[in-house]
Amino acid sequence: MAEPLLRVEKLVRRFGGITATDNVSLDVAAGELHAIIGPNGAGKTTLISQLTGHLEPHSGSVSLGGRDITHLPAYRRCALGLARSFQITSLLLDFTAADNVALAAQAHAGHSFRFFANARKEKGLRDAAHAALDRVGLAHRADVLVSKLSHGERRQIELAVALASRPKLLLLDEPMAGLGVTESQGMVKLLQELRKEVSIVLVEHDMPAVFALADRISVLVYGRVIASGDPAAIRANEDVKRAYLGDQHVVTHHG
Amino acid sequence: MKTFSVSKAVTALMLAGLVLLPLYSYLSGNIFIMTLFTRIVILALAAASLNLIMGFGGMMSFGHAAYLGIGGYAVGMLAQEGVGSGFIQFPVALAASAIYALVIGALSLRTRGVYFIMITLAFAQMAYYVASGLARYGGDDGLTVYKRSDFSGLINLSNRTQFYYLCLACLFAVLFLIWRIVNSRFGLVVQGLRSNEQRMQAIGFPAKRYQLVCFVISGTMCGLAGALLANNTDFVSPAVMYWTRSGDLMVMVILGGMGTLFGPVMGAVVYLLLEEFLSQITEYWALIMGPLLLLIVLFGRGGIMGLLGRLNRG
Repeated sequence: MAEPLLRVEKLVRRFGGITATDNVSLDVAAGELHAIIGPNGAGKTTLISQLTGHLEPHSGSVSLGGRDITHLPAYRRCALGLARSFQITSLLLDFTAADNVALAAQAHAGHSFRFFANARKEKGLRDAAHAALDRVGLAHRADVLVSKLSHGERRQIELAVALASRPKLLLLDEPMAGLGVTESQGMVKLLQELRKEVSIVLVEHDMPAVFALADRISVLVYGRVIASGDPAAIRANEDVKRAYLGDQHVVTHHG
Repeated sequence: MKTFSVSKAVTALMLAGLVLLPLYSYLSGNIFIMTLFTRIVILALAAASLNLIMGFGGMMSFGHAAYLGIGGYAVGMLAQEGVGSGFIQFPVALAASAIYALVIGALSLRTRGVYFIMITLAFAQMAYYVASGLARYGGDDGLTVYKRSDFSGLINLSNRTQFYYLCLACLFAVLFLIWRIVNSRFGLVVQGLRSNEQRMQAIGFPAKRYQLVCFVISGTMCGLAGALLANNTDFVSPAVMYWTRSGDLMVMVILGGMGTLFGPVMGAVVYLLLEEFLSQITEYWALIMGPLLLLIVLFGRGGIMGLLGRLNRG
């Protein structure tokens, strides 16, 4: 079998007495959309943070394309082709949409110790930014300050920023969070397009979206992966049903 | 073309005023005003350099006056040791400031927020006490610079007008550099880090490296102001590094408008003119100055530049 794009092995992260990530192992193949679901407090964001390098695991390893990245800082992982979106929108609010995205392109176009030329007039960076904005359907809002954009638009910018770095693997932490029904549908449609170009790890609460999009799903409960498989297998899994109890009908009825 | 704006008009007037000042001084016979404005221009340069890290970079350094001292002492100490050439004194002043900034920056940038303010303050106070202990160079009493930097007849620093224009040229050069830097790739990264460091790291920028370089550029620029200041007063003492001096520089930046190109110049002009005229009226000038600054900061978010910007819209 070919080397998976992302391999997580026996990852452990504790906070005091709580083990937020408990021996988590999972693989993401190239071209796959791998969803991670689980009830609130299951440790999904903690897991993502260890993949992106914002949090150090206590043991275990993370490798990207066969290269061990467990102890690399966030910016180095990004250079290797790992991009993320934040659960809580995290953008440069006092910059325009185009500036936000262009900076992501700039981060991957050599070093930025260039002190004299006007970066906003660099055609390569601006074109890349507009292409990414166009991709998420926000080209017409390019010159608006992010602080003036709606929540839904900011979620889309998050995605455009991640895309502009031309990643191999996209880590999306609840891209649907706080979106209205129509906006959510738009986002699903967008992700359906994007998955053709890039491998995606998707953490999401929106079950219909997850079952519509995922090739494989891993279910996280109390920091452990209790099940991993294709959507049909997960839907039929007894452990998963039990873990979700209240949400059971959501798992079985949609998708 | 962009439309007329009040802040642009006022800025243009101020710059024109600075350029034409020696003419006014000559016509009116007012020599004192030249002395005053030479000081204003030099401190405007220092404030502009502070604005690069504070306004654009979001790094609240409370120890910027240290560079005034380092630049000044480089000139004073070399002069005392018999090295009078400005071609040696000025590069040494800049290099010493850059090295100091590199060391202090590398240590201070491990911290954020209030801790960064406190640690930069602490280092500047350390520099202050080191200077006070330099017995060979006057210690507490300071060091008289008997001869101004000698530029081999290229420019005569003892000539009031020539020296003023040298200072003004330095100020304009630094403003030009800052303008280019702020809009460059490097400048966008630094401003991005001010806005959201976590995001910048996530898209692949090593934060500290860029902030440190910015810190060094700013310190070097302020070292130039220090070298000019020592020439202006023919004297350098630990007092130029005292924390109240760093505070003055911060006030100039905030008063004029943080993160604007000409704000610090405006701030320096207004602050130092106010100080001058209020202190002529009363010994207790600080009692008037304090509340006045408070009002501007409270009601004029964005300083004078911010106020002028609102005038335009309102």
